[in-house]
Amino acid sequence: MSELATLPTKRDEDWRYADGEYLAAADAQAINHWRTLEVPAGETRSEIKAHQSGGMTDRLRVHVGKGGRFEAFHSITGGKYSRVEIEVTLEEGAHFEFGGVTVGSGDKVQEFVTRVIHSEPNGTSNQVVRAVQWGKSVGNFLGRIEVVRDAQKTDAAQNFRALLLEKGATANTKPELEIFADDVLCAHGAAIGAMDEQARFYMAARGLTPEAAQRLLVQAFIGDAFASLDDDDTRERMVEGALAQLEGARIENPV
Amino acid sequence: MLKITNLSATVADKTILDGLTLEVNADEVHAIMGPNGAGKSTLAYVLGGRPGYEVTGGSVEFLGKDLLDLEPHERAALGFFLGFQYPVEIPGVSNVQFLREALNSQRKARGEEPLSGGDFLKLAREKAGLLKMDMEMLKRQVNVGFSGGEKKRAEMVQMGILDPKFAVLDETDSGLDIDALRIVGDGINTIMRAPDKAVLLITHYQRLLDVVKPDYVHVLARGKIVKTGGPELALRLEEEGYEVVAA
Repeated sequence: MSELATLPTKRDEDWRYADGEYLAAADAQAINHWRTLEVPAGETRSEIKAHQSGGMTDRLRVHVGKGGRFEAFHSITGGKYSRVEIEVTLEEGAHFEFGGVTVGSGDKVQEFVTRVIHSEPNGTSNQVVRAVQWGKSVGNFLGRIEVVRDAQKTDAAQNFRALLLEKGATANTKPELEIFADDVLCAHGAAIGAMDEQARFYMAARGLTPEAAQRLLVQAFIGDAFASLDDDDTRERMVEGALAQLEGARIENPV
Repeated sequence: MLKITNLSATVADKTILDGLTLEVNADEVHAIMGPNGAGKSTLAYVLGGRPGYEVTGGSVEFLGKDLLDLEPHERAALGFFLGFQYPVEIPGVSNVQFLREALNSQRKARGEEPLSGGDFLKLAREKAGLLKMDMEMLKRQVNVGFSGGEKKRAEMVQMGILDPKFAVLDETDSGLDIDALRIVGDGINTIMRAPDKAVLLITHYQRLLDVVKPDYVHVLARGKIVKTGGPELALRLEEEGYEVVAA
């Protein structure tokens, strides 16, 4: 049986929060397709994408040479199932910077899956993912960090936060750290919560409508994921594009 | 301007305000003093419309309208300002963006044109100057990393920018050193002492009242006003305490 004929199922650990209906009907060849990217030693490559249409998997395998840098900033606003998967192998002193945002309503399932392999010493990685969900939508982040035995002085960080605007929305996160070197820093954090009531009232007391207050709070929330995006215009475009999903959003059962 | 009649309110099913009546006219400053737990902050939050504070009786009329019938942001647009005892931090949102959006939301609700970025910054600079606050502070995130005193000063900058008709200031003097107290007091006078405006100061101490001189002083205890007098009442309270004066 060839690999291309195999479809992943929700029994696969990396697909456990995926949308089953989508997987069952998916095209095996499309779903198993990996793009590849080679970042030469000492160079920087970046990829900035706003995924607005649904029914897609975007899988990228990157190899970063010595002292190189790979940056990826993605927003997922489409559905019903959208998956961005990035696998990065870092050579000595290389860096991976990742910012991901999901904003979803209805029955959308949106997920980021990353696997960062620190294969040599002194590599660094930083991942910030923010999920904003309402309706019955689902936002996921599966982040795996592997540090091989020789990759001393690795400094890896991973942070996920989800904001659920409505009862019935879901966020899942599964940090996995596999560390075989003894002199490394690996930080991970995850939090799932609702809109800050105090901040909401404070903003209302100053005259902001509930919609304007929500927009401002969500803007600040997802801004974290794109904070390390250097170009101001691009950063603003990414944030505004994601925020556009909130326009006219009907939140009927606030958390 | 503000007419509170027989107001009762509960928080988590516990009665905190119990038939409070108070009238504040334009061009007046009223001070409310009272022991801890008397209901002072509850009064401020009920007037502001904070969720969780349930009105169980009475009425509040503000500029001819039923205040309790309005959403918090509608109260603000009508000219009602609540100065928070504990101003809230909003990470990721700058003071400038927050206040410009707040002001323009209010203006929109009143059918006025929005203020441009340039005009807003000019206004913000002027009001920050009034409170001797560095404009750089206003570019930072709302109240994040501000000291207690800076938060209170920032509240007054917000009040200056939003230019309300009526302000309830909940312990705006707490956490201020002597110099800051003078600056904040002068700010309140400059912004709010006008023939068409009024202030309700909630405070524990005489020292703010030395700067912002009240026309009336009330003692709030057990959820209602138990004594009303002139500025001399605050002095008596300071010397003799609530138990003696308001017994």
